[in-house]
Amino acid sequence: MNDIYQGLYQAMRLLVTLDPGLVEITARSLQVTLTATVIASAIGLPLGAWIAVNRFWLRRYAIAILNALMGLPPVVVGLMVYVVLSRAGPLGVLGLLFTPTAMIIAQIIIITPIIASISHQAIRDLWADYHDLLISLHASRRQRIATLLWDGRRALMTAALAGFGRAIGEVGAIMIVGGNIDHATRVLTTAIALETGKGDFALALALGFILIALAIAVNLALHILSGTERGSRW
Amino acid sequence: MVSSILPLTLDAVELRRGGKRILGPVSLTLDGDGITIVLGPNGSGKTTLLRTMHGLERINRGHARWTGDADRVHARQAFVFQTPVLMRRSVLDCIAYPLRLDGVDRRSARDRAAEVAASVGLTATLDAPAQILSGGERQKMSLARALIRTPEVLFLDEPCANLDMASMAEIEAILIRTRNAGTRIVMSTHNIGQARRLADDILFLHDGRVIESARRDAFFAGPGTPEARAHINGDLLP
Repeated sequence: MNDIYQGLYQAMRLLVTLDPGLVEITARSLQVTLTATVIASAIGLPLGAWIAVNRFWLRRYAIAILNALMGLPPVVVGLMVYVVLSRAGPLGVLGLLFTPTAMIIAQIIIITPIIASISHQAIRDLWADYHDLLISLHASRRQRIATLLWDGRRALMTAALAGFGRAIGEVGAIMIVGGNIDHATRVLTTAIALETGKGDFALALALGFILIALAIAVNLALHILSGTERGSRW
Repeated sequence: MVSSILPLTLDAVELRRGGKRILGPVSLTLDGDGITIVLGPNGSGKTTLLRTMHGLERINRGHARWTGDADRVHARQAFVFQTPVLMRRSVLDCIAYPLRLDGVDRRSARDRAAEVAASVGLTATLDAPAQILSGGERQKMSLARALIRTPEVLFLDEPCANLDMASMAEIEAILIRTRNAGTRIVMSTHNIGQARRLADDILFLHDGRVIESARRDAFFAGPGTPEARAHINGDLLP
């Protein structure tokens, strides 16, 4: 218990003093995760909607694979991205390994299936409600998807937040492709792993509490900005 | 003058689902004006017939042919479902939605939607979510959404099911006004009294087939089949 109290104390101290090291890795965590979430949402949300609305050959298998990819092992993703971006790899010439960009790529691969799968489920339910109306009104395919994305925006925000939640807490893949380099690719999760390895459990816990607070703050901010759960809105 | 999409001709139309015939063969022509009421017991195919005419169902045999090109045919007909489809939008945006699909700007579409809402007596707060509407208001909202494109043909699938008498009277008044404005209406109902009040023509369905087609007065004065007679009299059919 002593470590937990010390962790809480240290977390408060780091926050109150706006410790420069903490600010740096927190900002990098947010930058990497939010960028990955935005890009993965731009891919996953329309993909989920497209799969929900269209009937095509092997659709059932595509959904099953998408669901299975939700459980992609981050370490394996990290390893694959590492191989592709390493000097000997096909994209080694880009020199992206051990940069925040490599971490963003790994996170996109991990969370896109999560966002696509959850949005597919949400849009599928909405499509069941809207199907006859949209066909009756002769909405084009593009109009149908746009309508479903707009009217399903609350559920889709949940999908995006699920992706954000997975990405902000991710450590395995970004440790491999980022390398946890101080002032370059260190983020909250890799710093926690490092401090735990060094035996400084209080500092590791303090960073953990800050990570949790950060995740809650981002979720709260999005809910407040989008006006969910307010009065007569849905 | 805009050319009509009528007549609609159904030629030996048949629908099968899971190897079972659910409609047909049905042959009929829809033309002229007025209100055609589709009557029949549960499972007789009333909803399926309306959906088939509107183009929501895949036909297995026979043909359904409107007059004119496909885009105009789609644009000039509308369907009101038995259970109103409530979009996750405000009442005004729900009503304006068909115009938004047509590319009308949001402001103009909402202005027109407010006019149509007023014409159907929708007095609820138009900026409130559609989900909060009462049963009667939901159906009025659906009607307003269907009417906003000023359709030439309007299909209604039991629009007054589960409504109280006051709401039913309001919906019927709207339908009579719509008919008088020149819209051809095809509507299914279980309610014999409503059929007597509204119909110009009756189609009576039994077991997926149109077994009687007549003017209202002739139909109620002397139904030509034992099934229709039993239905009118409220008798139990074996």
